[in-house]
Order: sequence, then structure tokens, then C-alpha cells
Amino acid sequence: MADYVELMGFGPRGWGLLLVRATLMTVAVSATAFALGGALGALIAWARIGGDRTLRLAADAYTTVLRGVPDLLVIYLLYFGGSLAVSALAQALGARGFVGVDAFAAGAIAVGAISGAYQSEVFRGAYGVIAPGELDAARSVGMPRLMLFRRIIVPQALRSAIPGLANVWQLALKESALISVVGLTEILRQAQVGAGSTRKPFAFFITAAALYLVLSTISGWGFERAEAVAMRGVRRS
Amino acid sequence: MKLPNVCAAALAASLLVVTGASAQPKDWSSIRIATEGAYKPWNFTDPSGKLVGFEVDLALDLCLRMKAKCEIVAQAFDGMIPALNAGKFDAIMAGMNITDKRKEAIAFTQPYGRTPSTFAVLKSGALAKLPEPGKVYSLNPDGAAAAEKSLNDLKPMLKGKVIGVQTSTAQANFLEKYFKDVIEIRQYKTTEQHDLDLAAGRVDGVFASISYLKSVVEAPENKDMMLAGPRYGGGVLGFGVAVGLRKNDPELLAKFDAAVAAAVADGTVKTLSTKWFGFDITPQR
Amino acid sequence: MDFAFLRETFVLLLSGLPLTLQLAFVSIAAGAVLAVLLALMRLSGSRWLGALARSYVFVFRGTPLLVQIFLIYYGLGQFPEVRESVAWPFLRQPYWCALLALGLNTAAYSSEIVRGGILSVPFGQVDAARACGMSRALIFRRIVVPQGLRVALPAYGNEIILMTRSTALASVITLMEVTGIASKIISETFRPVEVFVCAGAIYLMLNFAISRVVALVERRLSPQARKRAPAAAAPEPVR
Repeated sequence: MADYVELMGFGPRGWGLLLVRATLMTVAVSATAFALGGALGALIAWARIGGDRTLRLAADAYTTVLRGVPDLLVIYLLYFGGSLAVSALAQALGARGFVGVDAFAAGAIAVGAISGAYQSEVFRGAYGVIAPGELDAARSVGMPRLMLFRRIIVPQALRSAIPGLANVWQLALKESALISVVGLTEILRQAQVGAGSTRKPFAFFITAAALYLVLSTISGWGFERAEAVAMRGVRRS
Repeated sequence: MKLPNVCAAALAASLLVVTGASAQPKDWSSIRIATEGAYKPWNFTDPSGKLVGFEVDLALDLCLRMKAKCEIVAQAFDGMIPALNAGKFDAIMAGMNITDKRKEAIAFTQPYGRTPSTFAVLKSGALAKLPEPGKVYSLNPDGAAAAEKSLNDLKPMLKGKVIGVQTSTAQANFLEKYFKDVIEIRQYKTTEQHDLDLAAGRVDGVFASISYLKSVVEAPENKDMMLAGPRYGGGVLGFGVAVGLRKNDPELLAKFDAAVAAAVADGTVKTLSTKWFGFDITPQR
Repeated sequence: MDFAFLRETFVLLLSGLPLTLQLAFVSIAAGAVLAVLLALMRLSGSRWLGALARSYVFVFRGTPLLVQIFLIYYGLGQFPEVRESVAWPFLRQPYWCALLALGLNTAAYSSEIVRGGILSVPFGQVDAARACGMSRALIFRRIVVPQGLRVALPAYGNEIILMTRSTALASVITLMEVTGIASKIISETFRPVEVFVCAGAIYLMLNFAISRVVALVERRLSPQARKRAPAAAAPEPVR
């Protein structure tokens, strides 16, 4: 037990500082992915709700593919394929040589793409909560679409979306562990490095699990608060 | 402007920003070198997260000779070559041997190290008594006949056993080529992982370079591991460890080649390898 | 587009499909049993059983599957006590470790689905059944399960698809299912994009097949939800 504390602590032989930095990296990449997923999810939901047939098909294909293919493959594909694509794009735009997509970017984009597929489902469901009468009324007084979106749709949809989004956030946190396979030094990768270096895998992986549980618990509290705030004044059925 | 268009444009713009467009200058004043970071003592990560090892020291020396600023990054071994070709970095120094198969995908400088490969087993295990421990065989055409005979002599003892090896390595190709139907080959992402499984008894032995295995069996927590069987080099196991570069970067190849040649000639490689391995790994001509 | 290479890769990858299917279905089946147990524990009314079940679900849903796999495979293998125990012939092999990790993981998620299904049965029916003197086992078998299954099936179908995706993680502990074979092919040919696209296509087809089967089972279980035959088309307007 004393061994474990020394191993995970902040002393000279301790891995504590590295694990803390890795935890921050996990939060950073998950948050970036979640934000990207939010933007993507909103776009996709928009396409599925109000788009024409081709847009809707494309959006459907997107969600089907990204929820059907293992996340590990999506991450690998975006890590290797992404650089090739971005380099090609950059070269077409006149840049010389290669443009790198590092592990953080590739991981955030991959998890963001997957998260976007799930978030679009959440947004679609949340949009259905809005009374059509309100939308009709807003349109009939000539509200521009952007204002409609900003003042009518977003506040109400967001309120119903919070539980679903809480779920998707937890998913993003856990998927960030997969980015370890492309070398990003987040919690799991750091645990692996420690385990390999000290031959004590159990200690490191248990600590990793505990760190994820802490992050997930804190997030859960955060979303519960958000839901309480958002539901202020709304009569529960 | 329509909202979806705005969002799509914003997404594209942010993607470009996130990827941090960093086109490499062709004058090679700044080079990114990739290493694995989990292959002691060639390259590994110290507790503070820094990359250290023989190749890290050698890389800094080579960059001094090439008058370039070097950045050393870590990359998983099985993705090394695809990542190099995808432009994530400019050179590989990760204990990677020159093999014919790899030469189809990338270019190599002259080698800066050459060591044979062998088995490591548990002292209490079934393979502790592999014949001819320590005898060196060359798989190149000149020594192929003797090597093949020794390989056949090993087959009865190895039959049905489980041998661990790192994926994507010349050692993995060696096992596939000569022992494919004799043993169960387990491919691991890192050498550290197959060592853990050897200690746990999940595999009967592991096959890797002597330069790596020597430090493993000498580590105090691995008292029950030992080297076993003959040592093999050349042929499918490659012609020595060298710097890997993209095929369409001939100027960088020339610069690295000259630097490696100089480092080998003036004994820098010998000094560094004695420091990290305890013996000289400079390839003998 | 190197179609010859793609075709070759496809065939090679298909050889990993049996292992993928085995891992998915055995872990789902075992996980389902554990899930029912956990759901019953939470609904049993006992504080201790309920707390135990809730903590199990919390731990397994709050940590990534990859961490669970590493913990079970490398973590447990570290201890001589484990290596000398009766479980070692199983834990020694990556196949059983993967099954264990996948099964424990799906049980946590599935137990919530099962619980939702059980709770969805209107209490009035259970009450009436008890009033008629039906035993608890009979109530479970004839009232709760048929109706609860109907409610749980869409979410459970989702879980099955998620589980087949998760089998890809078994490749990190040396198992040669589809993703493991894909990694091996890439390490020999250095062409990651093409190989992973092939592998992705195989998983998509697998998931399509599974979702079709689940939809079929859903339809068979819910005769009242089947659409009526469409009304006869309106006659052409007279010109």
C-alpha cells in the first residue's frame, strides 16, 4: 500500500504529476471533441429536420456510418487518412510540403465526429418538444430564421437536450481513452507507459479507472446543476 | 446567409486552425524525428515524461552535425511507416531494421547499429533448454544453410508453444516465415506488453533483439527470465538499424546519411552504444 | 483504386468475423443473465442489494471499456495469487479475458435497459395477478417478461450493435478478430486507409444485418403495432 502511494504520489519516483497532466489532457480533448460534436450535431439535426431529400439522406448516412463503425477504426482512419486529406487540401491551396494533423487534433476530430452523430439524435428529439404553434406564430410575424433559431428553438431545445447531452459527454470522456492508441498522452496512455516502465499494471490501471470515475462523477453533478437551472419555472408533467 | 452554410464554413475554418498548418520548409533547418518511447534502452520515456535513450542522444548528435533544429516525438511502432508517409514527421529513429519489405515503402540511411535477435524465456519454463544458446547464425545467403539447419533443429522443442513478438517488426516476420505452422505467434503492440505476458506465463517465450532483451533479463524484477537458443541476424531480420525517411525526400536522406556515416566513423556511435547497451553495436562492414 | 488489393484484404478480414461474432454474442448472452440479476437486485427492495447493484453499474458505466480490458488482462496477470488460482487456465487466455471484460461491461448497461422494461409494465396488471393468487415466478414469466421485452427490445438492439462495435477493442490484447487482422495486414502492407475502410465496411454490414433481425423480432412481438393494410387507392379523377 505504501508502495502504491509512493508510485502515484508527487515525489521524485512518483507518477502523480504526470497522471494529473494526463487527466487535464483527457478533459481538454473530450471538451474539444464535445464542442465539435455539438456543432456537427446541430448541423446534422438541421439537415434531418428541415433539409431536402439529398441532405436528409446524407445526414442519415453520416449517423449510420459513425454509429455503426467501431470508434477505434474511426480514430485510426482519421489519424492516418486525415493527414493525407488535409495535406492534399493544403497543397491544393498552395502550401508546400506536408501539413501535420497531430494526435490531439485527429483524436478530437474523430471523437467529435462520432459524438456529432449521437448529438444529432439528441437535438432531433429535443426539437420535437417545441410546440409547432410557437414556430408558426414566430414565422407569421416575419421573424428571420436566424432569430427564430436563436430565440425560440435553442432555449427550449437545449433544456430538453440536457439529459441526452450529459450522456453523450460521458461517452466522449470514455472514448478519449481510445485516442491513446494514436499516442496522445491522456490518462490511459500515461497509465500504460507507467505500467510498462514499472511492471505494475494493476496499480496504474486501477488509478486510471479511479480518475475516470472521478471525472464522470463531477460531470454528472455539473449536468444535474445545469438541468436544475434550465428547468427553473417549467412545470413538470 | 443560410445558417447551415455559415456553420459549415466555420467548421472548415476551425478545422484548418486546429490542425495548425505547419508546412515543412524544404531547407530542413528544422526536422521532426519520431521514436517509439517504449523500447529500452534504444528509446524510452523516463518518469518525467521525457523521451530518452540511445537513439534520442544519437538524434541530437546527428542534428548537430546537420546544423538543424530537431524535435523528437513519440509514435506507436505499428503505425510508424504509415505515419511517416502521411507526413506526421520527417524521420524515424526507433530501432527499425532495414528490411526489403520496408524498403518498398520508405528509404533508409546506412545502418548505425546491428544486433542479432534471440528468444527470452522463463527459467522455470518449457523452453529453458533450447539448444545452442548464444550461437550466432546469419540468415544472409552466405550463412543461410547453417541457419536453416539450426532453425529446423529448434522446431521439435518449439512445437505447440506460444511465442510473443512485437507487431510490425522484422522479428514478427521472422517467426511468420520460419515457424508459422509450428508455434502460436502472439503479436503485441509493444515489447513491454509481451514481457508482462512472459512474466505471467501467458507466452512460453518472446523473440526480440538482443540489445533489448539483455536489459530485460538483467532487470532485478525479471530474475526468472533468461535468454535462450541461438541468435539470428540478417536475411528477413534486416541489415541493421537505420534512420527511416520518405522516398521523396532525397536531400534529407543525403544529409542524414552523411551525418550517420560521420558518427559511425568517429566513434560517436561506439561511445553512445557502450553507454546505453554496455556493448558496441556499430555495424561491422 | 486498387480493387485487387481491396478484394484480397476483404477476404482476409472476413476470416476474423467468426471470432468477432463469438465475442459479441457470448458476451451479450452472459451479460444478459447478469443484467437480469442486477435489475432484480435493484428492484428487490433490499437496501444492500440495491446499493451493490448500483455501485456495480456506476463503476462499469463510468470507466472506459479499454481500461477494463487492460485491468483484467494485464492487471490481474500481475499477481502470483491469481496465476496459481483455479481461474488461471481461463484468465491466461486473451479470449476469456476479453469475454469477461465485454460481458461485465454489457451487463452494466443492459441492467438499466432490463430495469426499464420491467418497470414499464403497468402496476395494475401485476396487482391484479397477485390478487388472483399467481405466484411471483408465474407473474414474472407471463406478465412482466412478455411486455417488458417489447419495451426493452429497441434499446437492447442498440446495445447489441454497440457490443459488436466494442469487440474491436479485443484486438489490443492480441486477439485476431476483424480489427486485429486489419492491424496485422497494415503492418505488412503499410496501407492503413484502404484496410481500415474495408474493415469498417464489414462492421457496417454486420450491424445492418443485426438491426434488421432486431426489427424483425420487434415486429413479431408486437402484432398490435403492425400497420393496417393500406386503404385502396383513390380512384383516378374523371377527366
